[in-house]
Amino acid sequence: VSLLAAAGSELGKFHAPHVDWKAMSPLVAVLGGSVVVLAAALLPWRRRQRAVPALLAIVALFAAIGLTIWTWEPGPAKPIVAGALSMDTLTLGISVLFYVAGIATLLLSLRSAVMREAGAGEYSMLLLWSIAGMVLLAGAENLVTLFLGIELLSVPLYILCGIRVREEASLEAGLKYLVVGSVGSATLLFGLAFLYGATASTDLSRIADAIGTTVPLSDPLLLTGIALAATGLAFKASVAPFHQWTPDVYQGAPTPVTAFMAVATKAAAFAVLLRLFDEGLFGAHDDWAPALAALAVTTIVIGNAGAIAQRSLKRMLAWSGVAQAGYMLAGVVVGTRLGLQATAFYLAVYLLMNVAAFAVVIARERVSERGDDIESLEGLGRSSPWLAWPMTIAMLALAGIPATSGFIGKFYLIDATVNGDYAWLGVVIVVGSMMSLVYYLRVLAVMWMGPTRIELPARPGRRVRPVAGWSPEADARAQPEVLFVAVVCAAATVVLGIVPQPLFHLAHDVGSSLSSLL
Amino acid sequence: MPLSVPIFAPLAAGLVSALLPRRWARWVVLGAAVFVLGFAIGSMADYPTSGFRLTHVTDTKWIPELGIRYTLGVDGLNLFLIALTAVVWVAALLAAALRDWERPRLFFFHMALAETAVLGAFCAQDLILFVFFFDLMLIPFYFLIGGWGGRRRVAATTKLVIYTLVGSLLMLAGAIALGVLATPDGAHVSFSLADLAQRGVGKGTQEWIFLLFAAAFLVKAPAFPLHGWMPDGYRAAPIEVLIPFSAVLSKVGMYGFLRIVLPIMPDASQHFQELMIAIAVVSILYGSVLAFTQDDARLVVGYSSVAQLGFILLGIFALDLQGKGAEGALLQMVNHGLVVAPLFLIIAALAARTRSGSELLSRMGGMATRAPVLAALFLIVAFATLAMPGSANFTGELLILFGAFSTKIAFGLVATAGVVLAAVYMIRVYQRSMHNRAGPEVESRDLTRGELIPLGALVAVIVALGLYPNFITQRSEDTTQLSTYRPALVACSGIESKDFGRAHFPIGGDIRCGKGYALYLRETP
Repeated sequence: VSLLAAAGSELGKFHAPHVDWKAMSPLVAVLGGSVVVLAAALLPWRRRQRAVPALLAIVALFAAIGLTIWTWEPGPAKPIVAGALSMDTLTLGISVLFYVAGIATLLLSLRSAVMREAGAGEYSMLLLWSIAGMVLLAGAENLVTLFLGIELLSVPLYILCGIRVREEASLEAGLKYLVVGSVGSATLLFGLAFLYGATASTDLSRIADAIGTTVPLSDPLLLTGIALAATGLAFKASVAPFHQWTPDVYQGAPTPVTAFMAVATKAAAFAVLLRLFDEGLFGAHDDWAPALAALAVTTIVIGNAGAIAQRSLKRMLAWSGVAQAGYMLAGVVVGTRLGLQATAFYLAVYLLMNVAAFAVVIARERVSERGDDIESLEGLGRSSPWLAWPMTIAMLALAGIPATSGFIGKFYLIDATVNGDYAWLGVVIVVGSMMSLVYYLRVLAVMWMGPTRIELPARPGRRVRPVAGWSPEADARAQPEVLFVAVVCAAATVVLGIVPQPLFHLAHDVGSSLSSLL
Repeated sequence: MPLSVPIFAPLAAGLVSALLPRRWARWVVLGAAVFVLGFAIGSMADYPTSGFRLTHVTDTKWIPELGIRYTLGVDGLNLFLIALTAVVWVAALLAAALRDWERPRLFFFHMALAETAVLGAFCAQDLILFVFFFDLMLIPFYFLIGGWGGRRRVAATTKLVIYTLVGSLLMLAGAIALGVLATPDGAHVSFSLADLAQRGVGKGTQEWIFLLFAAAFLVKAPAFPLHGWMPDGYRAAPIEVLIPFSAVLSKVGMYGFLRIVLPIMPDASQHFQELMIAIAVVSILYGSVLAFTQDDARLVVGYSSVAQLGFILLGIFALDLQGKGAEGALLQMVNHGLVVAPLFLIIAALAARTRSGSELLSRMGGMATRAPVLAALFLIVAFATLAMPGSANFTGELLILFGAFSTKIAFGLVATAGVVLAAVYMIRVYQRSMHNRAGPEVESRDLTRGELIPLGALVAVIVALGLYPNFITQRSEDTTQLSTYRPALVACSGIESKDFGRAHFPIGGDIRCGKGYALYLRETP
């Protein structure tokens, strides 16, 4: 009895950490939304109403955006939940990208076969969970939270990739992502353990304090930890040479999920890269910057070179996403506030242009016999200009042509590299953009300059079946929501290319969150 | 009137016409181009005959976070190029409006966007704004050549765009580096051309940035080793698209040298002077020789442009203290634009008079027999092209050679051969098409009204300018001297530009060369 009493008093001494519910509210909205969605999916909806859970999920994401605006406060924020999580503008700003990506993905999947086969409720709930994981990851102030976030992000995505259980390609994508993702997670975990071993703390702020004071910069434990953590995160951000899974998984996964992974997962990976390197490991900047710079160069070159030979639009966008990750990595390399702002800015414009492109791919693969082959776009300028223009704008923006936000974003990144004494990296970004013209312009040529034979690599012997998101009954005219997503994102890309101030203000607020930076 | 109005009028017209019925699109866009022309004539009339004041200035914040301003202005350097743009676009749009196009609204939208971008590039007084328009102007031409061009158009347009955008992207990197590296500690980044010229960067930095800019501008020209896109691009483009492309776009790069490179990077300009002059001279000889051997009439004009732009480049990098070479280069830019546009219209007219629509000289001949008006107009244009005394081209080439002789006499002598070669290839084209025995496919008939109006208007401008080239040289000489004096002073005194300090240079006044004079300038407030 006395033992029990002692245990009881011990238990009484344990105080649950104080939770700042206001700061947490966006995350609560997402998680609460997922419960509501799952519960709603149990109700007996009629056939025509099966999209209701997905619409509820969209409502939850809009609520999260609203709460983000409510809690928005520039400047460094105090970590909440006993120092585990920091809902500062870096977290909030990047998490808006997750919410927007989530809304776009749900809209794009409303009519897809995934929703029918997997059930709208389960599908939407997995998406919301993944978003919650991303928010946790972006806000992680602690190595444990960081790992928790990355797992919460990844596990639903493994399922989402393989959610079309009757499609071999989808299953293959899910399995591949599971295996590669687990290797990445394990590497990351190893790295985090080494970091803990070197600095005796899991708190990013304490790690930052320890580096350079109690722990010398040349400490082998620290260096191994940094290297392994960077490698693990490089898997998630599809940074070369850890990108090999990207094209296969992107191609096999249902296209809306691919779009989500291309923009949201990348944004989450960069958010944590920024926080880990610019806050926790900032003292060791001289150690990791050259290594990350080398990774950035590799990524830019390999990504662009890989994209040139692709016929499949999804694979092409996957490779181009690898290259774009290389550009953004340059913003991390410099380790300045300007670099942080430029990366956040580029993540936002990257979201818009990629979602526009994926929306067009989805619209076409549902009606075209060629699936996501580049030929499915042939003559699109004539047959449906409302799809061709968003795609045109997306391609021009990805290539960094003026009057699109892609130009401003690239400008910002190059500006950051020159300011951070990495001018040569700026030149590498430019060289990468030149290589990228080859494949982006080809898409434009197919759409607008047909009917002419474009010189492309030969079609592979086995016809790739149009696997993902393909529903033959859906007609091009009968998918207004896809058109809506494409047009809105493309319009935003142009508007932000001419009037970028609003996005600059946001990027500036995001940049103000880390006090360690100059 | 704010300068933004004429710059964006074509684009606005292009957007509006997308909402209008098909057959109206062309007239709306043409109306906007005529409006721009009216504006250009008005500002030429207003412009003072001496001095280098920037007029029609618009200066507002655009992207303050990056130090980019929306600064536009007109002075003696760009005034006549704006006018050239306006004239050429009206002629090209008129020619285009008189024939049928597939998807006309889209075609005229791209033409309008291109005019806006070119005008923007000429008017920009902020480096990044210039780069913005410089890159943008290529995109409509990508679609115009790829969408409405002839055989192998996709390959040609892709090659063209990749060649030129590669240059432009290099320039973008150079521009950012220039702005950031020129910023003194504690000051805000500025890309304003005036600020950059004031701040300056070190000689070593200038040199690598100079190469990035030169790549962009020389590809656009095209100059000798970078002209690979030209033959395919010229063959594939529709004539109405080729007219503004060849007459105006090639000038933007040369203008960039005068506006940006010489004033901001004087030491590098002097350092690479001989390299640039060598490129110019090789372009003159190579272009002239190839123009002489071509059978395709378009390529004769194309290679002759390579040669003519070689002359312009020679004038810019003559770097004489009086700025005569640059003055001649500016005049020659306008002249070349004015002769290339009617030459292409004539080629289109000639092709319409062969049964197969061929543009090969070997299929032509004897066209003059029943077409006196065509023959007469062609003769005027041909004489202007080969710089016959009495044409403005004569004045332009004379000024260029004057500049070259006063600094680099050996190169000047070689370049003189180019003047002779121009006579050879132009007379050959004229003889092969208009005289000789009539080819079996040729139907000689005179110009239709639709062909005559744009062609006659352009020839009238050529003749007027031939009578009074002073109209341009008088208004531009102070500005060209202003943009060349720093590198010219570096070239003749041998001291670096940063040692000049903020010396006030007596533009238009008595100028001497030598180290002592440069130092005297530094001491004089």
